[in-house]
Amino acid sequence: MRTKKMLVVMLCVFAVTATQSFASTLADVKAKGYLTLGVSEGVPGFSIPDSTGRWVGFDVDMGRAVAAAVLGDAEKMKFVPLTSKQKIVAVSSGQVDITSRTTTWTMKRDAKQGVDFTFVVFYDGQGFMVPSKSGVTSAKQLDGATVCVTSGTTTELNLADFARANNLKIEAVVFDGKKEAFNAYTSGRCDAFTTDVSQLASLRTTVADPKSHVILPEIISKEPLSPLVRHGDNQWKDIVFWVIDGLVAAEEYGVTQENVLKIKKETKNPVIQRMLGVTGDVGGFLGLDKDWLVRAIQAVGNYGEIYNRHFGPGTKLKIPRGLNRQWKQGGLLYAMPIR
Amino acid sequence: MTSTASTAPPGLLVFQPKPDRPPPLQTVGVVGWLRNNLFNGWYNSLLTILILLLLVKVVPPLFSWALFDAVWTGGRDACTAGNDGACWVFVADKFRVLMVGMYPAEHLTRPILAGILFVVLSALSIFRLFSARKLVLLWVVGTAGCFWLINGGWGLTVVDQSLWGGLMLSLGLAVIGIMVSIPLGILLALGRYSQLSVIRALCVGIIEPIRGVPLITILFMASVMLPLFLPVGMEINNMLRVQIGIILFSAAYMAEVVRGGLQAIPAGQYDAAKSLGLNYWKTTVLVVLPQALRHVIPSMINRCIALFKDTSLVIIVGLLDFLGMTRASIQDPNWLGFDAEAYVFCAFVYWVICFSMSRYGRSLERQGGNE
Repeated sequence: MRTKKMLVVMLCVFAVTATQSFASTLADVKAKGYLTLGVSEGVPGFSIPDSTGRWVGFDVDMGRAVAAAVLGDAEKMKFVPLTSKQKIVAVSSGQVDITSRTTTWTMKRDAKQGVDFTFVVFYDGQGFMVPSKSGVTSAKQLDGATVCVTSGTTTELNLADFARANNLKIEAVVFDGKKEAFNAYTSGRCDAFTTDVSQLASLRTTVADPKSHVILPEIISKEPLSPLVRHGDNQWKDIVFWVIDGLVAAEEYGVTQENVLKIKKETKNPVIQRMLGVTGDVGGFLGLDKDWLVRAIQAVGNYGEIYNRHFGPGTKLKIPRGLNRQWKQGGLLYAMPIR
Repeated sequence: MTSTASTAPPGLLVFQPKPDRPPPLQTVGVVGWLRNNLFNGWYNSLLTILILLLLVKVVPPLFSWALFDAVWTGGRDACTAGNDGACWVFVADKFRVLMVGMYPAEHLTRPILAGILFVVLSALSIFRLFSARKLVLLWVVGTAGCFWLINGGWGLTVVDQSLWGGLMLSLGLAVIGIMVSIPLGILLALGRYSQLSVIRALCVGIIEPIRGVPLITILFMASVMLPLFLPVGMEINNMLRVQIGIILFSAAYMAEVVRGGLQAIPAGQYDAAKSLGLNYWKTTVLVVLPQALRHVIPSMINRCIALFKDTSLVIIVGLLDFLGMTRASIQDPNWLGFDAEAYVFCAFVYWVICFSMSRYGRSLERQGGNE
């Protein structure tokens, strides 16, 4: 135990001394000429190699936007598939410049593990799925229902908390694995099935008729997913934060991949003019040029376009926007003012 | 009959044996074989019937899933349209990434050429068109050639190693691992037998700690812990770290395998070699090793097969080898729900390769000599 503690302390010292003496990531990325992005080994919709060997996904596009803003080319990227054990240490040790891999923003990771979170790109959380023919439209209507759930996870706990808080009588039917629980649900053993919304969506695509199941809008737990960067390089953290913020703002102001150049030329709106570098020099605040956000939007589109490309109604996953709508539509996406 | 009668003197009766009666029907042919092998005794009969029943239950559905009801053409919709068979379209769609990973499309001919070179080398070894010494040389040159084709340089565009993956990566890690770890293992084994205590201690000090930990630990150390200790900015390529880990691990095991062979050499051989005036290296190379290695061919082949399968552990350090790519492919949002096809295909390919290696090992054993 003693030696274990010593080892941990030594590791931390190493990690801290290592991180302190890094050069600036921005300079490093520019010198290398490419951005190293830590991704998953395959999470549907978020990051996945497609059939032609190209990395695609929601998390990947966030990284591509940063590459476009910093290097001017969204293809100047190197991908490092990371397991969930590696995802923190890979970025804190400088192996990758950004980890964009479905990572929940928690206090412990942020404060103790040598990483900084940037911008919540996806509010995931536990949700419910029911057969569409049941007519249920809200999780509050699940009184007296049986719900299939995996055992020993926070999922089970969240379900119980939700039921108690809303005074519902929900009977949990517990299974060992996610697949077993889902199969039990599809075979009619339960009235509803619960796990994280993004996983509900990918499980739904595996049934014969995905349209026969709906995901309810309620989200009953907090899994805010955010890209992370190394702790202590504030300039780099700012860049990642503001590029993603810019993508969210672009959706708010109706700037899309297609019309960005046209809007840049024609707009009279001072907010958009500042954003797109027509007036002022907000890019300069970050150590970038004036066209930083224009390039990012040209490369991957605004937040809404990215969302729709990977989770929207045109995809197999069809995850409802839910909390990931703009603040004006009742969601949580709130772009900080770019000025 | 008439001929014997004609040669016998007239009037003499010669004994004429009757022709053999055929053996009873129950002991020859199909029936006899069945009786001897499947139905000798009531419990064997019972077992046979039970197993037959099981096969009847299992085999036809398996075949109809894998072959008759399977979907071979079309898109994903062809698979989901009320069909119970396997969806090989999925494997076909993912075939490229399963074989070569993210390797860029414009350079795809290079891994294909490397693959052909590899198959040719394997064929040359299997049919023994060259002597053993030439084969070793061919393999070294051929592997270097494959590496050059895949990696680039010297006139070819360099393809970054983060783009490598699939079966190509698995085979590459295994082939290089085997080729380096066998000589290294032999050296370690000889070192362990050495008269010089420093060398002996050094070799034991290398072999025992490495053999004492699982491969997964070594890979994890190499990939996750090492970056923390390395000086700032120094970056050793992840793949190289993993390859070195695999080589060290395999060499430690090879050393123990070879040591088994060395122990089997009777002391008289050493004495005989000495009395002929051979020095240490001549004794080792000309007398000891040829016999020792012959003894350990089965275990060496065994290690090679294990090494090839162990490469699938690199998924824990984020390299998308054949198995890793299979698992990633399953997660494609456009192709969710075809786990069975992907794993069956993956298992089949692993089986073909490992089984070929084991057959090759058998033929080496039978041939005995020219190892």
